Amino acid sequence: MLHVSLRHALSGFTLDVDFTAPAGVTALFGRSGSGKTTVVNAVAGLLQPEQGRVAINGGDLVDTARRIWVPPHKRRVGYVFQEGRLFPHLTVRQNLTYGRWFSGAARDAAEFDRVVSLLGIGGLLGRHPGALSGGEKQRVAIGRALLSRPRLLLMDEPLAALDEARKSEILPYLERIRDEEDVPILYVSHSIAEVARLATTVVVLDGGRVVRAGPAADVLSDPEAVPAFGVRQAGSVLTGRVVRHHPDDLTEVAVSAGSLFLPGRLAEPGTVVRIRIEAQDVMLARSRPQDISALNILPATVSALRRGEGPGVVVQLQAGEDRILARITRRSADALGLEPGTLCFAITKTVSVAPVDIGTPG
Amino acid sequence: MAPMDWLGPAEWNALALSLRVSFWATLVSLPPGILVAHALARGNFPGRQLLNGIVHLPLILPPVVTGYLLLLTFGTRGPIGGFLNETFGIVFAFRWTGAALAAGVMAFPLMVRAIRLSIEAVDPKLEQAGATLGASRVWVFLTVTLPLILPGIIAGSILAFAKAMGEFGATITFVSNIPGQTQTVPSAIYAFLQVPGGESSALRLVLISVAVAMTALLVSELVATRVARRIGGR
Repeated sequence: MLHVSLRHALSGFTLDVDFTAPAGVTALFGRSGSGKTTVVNAVAGLLQPEQGRVAINGGDLVDTARRIWVPPHKRRVGYVFQEGRLFPHLTVRQNLTYGRWFSGAARDAAEFDRVVSLLGIGGLLGRHPGALSGGEKQRVAIGRALLSRPRLLLMDEPLAALDEARKSEILPYLERIRDEEDVPILYVSHSIAEVARLATTVVVLDGGRVVRAGPAADVLSDPEAVPAFGVRQAGSVLTGRVVRHHPDDLTEVAVSAGSLFLPGRLAEPGTVVRIRIEAQDVMLARSRPQDISALNILPATVSALRRGEGPGVVVQLQAGEDRILARITRRSADALGLEPGTLCFAITKTVSVAPVDIGTPG
Repeated sequence: MAPMDWLGPAEWNALALSLRVSFWATLVSLPPGILVAHALARGNFPGRQLLNGIVHLPLILPPVVTGYLLLLTFGTRGPIGGFLNETFGIVFAFRWTGAALAAGVMAFPLMVRAIRLSIEAVDPKLEQAGATLGASRVWVFLTVTLPLILPGIIAGSILAFAKAMGEFGATITFVSNIPGQTQTVPSAIYAFLQVPGGESSALRLVLISVAVAMTALLVSELVATRVARRIGGR
């Protein structure tokens, strides 16, 4: 459990945050320049905050009031940087074992092999970082941080420097770390797709302040948080279980309110998956539509509406145990007479769910 | 004809002495050179510009002035020289050790410059990464910075060695020109040119000087490219 409470003047605004990161992945979301990296650097000890306190599991790393300052090398905080920062003069194997050297831990070949196979970097051990691709570098950087036996992993936009293909190559490894490693992760990102895929807790920063914080499913489906995420990216996360693969290359997933058909052959039947559906991809109807090409129709109840400044309205719906966000026009909302408690149907096209939007629940 | 015969004993002595003086001057100034270069490149302390000025002074001052200042401070009656003589029995004045001191002081700014440039080229972000992995500042320096600046250290050492081989003004002022004691190659060339019939001896030493300088340059290039290739990871 990480507790952060900071106040630090940055150019143009003052960072003033207070949040707690429980086990799992806590995503620190915000636009560039919202102070995310400053928070992470203060936790790692690369920046000395003007005022504040950082504590892991009750042990203070920084407390300006009590003049406590633990230097970075004694914090046991693994940091995965955006640009990897592998040591160019060392081989991949030497990079991976660098942290163990200083942690005082005994040489543990089993642990080394486990992390290497978790990240699929066994074939790279003899190479130098100069001979690795961007995605390979990032996996080695993650392994290097993990093998230093950290009490907390910090990841500062670890995928931002990679193209889409490399991103979807690494995301499953991050999910595995979240699910298999017993270490909390503070994950900085300005990509809502990554946040929706990985986060257990979401902290939204805007202009140096925490504007929303809480469990991922709650924050992502909160209509009031939509402006912070951006109307074109906002979307909710549903949890479901793969039922079966259909012969026409669709996967049927059972969610609490019914069935979804998703493109391609997803995980094996029985696997629990987490699906992000963007608010702008959801249509609403008062009666169950007939003769429509969209395959996913879930009965739902309107639970909240948020009228923005423009022509749009964000509607939050309760569909069984899941929440869905729909972004429609004010005109449509008025025509349908939507208000909290209205029964309606949420409609999504199968093809608007991208593979990157489907992950494991964590 | 063996090289021993080709060179007269006086010439041979001068060459051997020059090599010894330059070797020790380079070796002894290397640790403080790295330290000062690191302080100048990464340090943020009051007196940083002053340190920079003092280090570069021998480059700007006339060598004779540097030699005289060395004589004043490191001579047997000078404040530091007197102390070293009485406490440890170390004498610099008119000894080969003095020649090494003079050569080292004159070569120091060149060495510091080369190493400082290579330290500034190391990305501080790599050093931060080392710290987050549990390495203290000293360990970060030894395991990250030092290996990465190896080419600069080699270049700086070769440059310092070449400078020490050629040092004349400060040396002759501080430790004079005693054959077999303090007569380095440049001093010997100067001495041979003062006596009739000394031109051939002087010319042989000139050729040797050129050969040594060229070899040093070639070796440094070779080593630097090798090290750079190893660091680059190909």
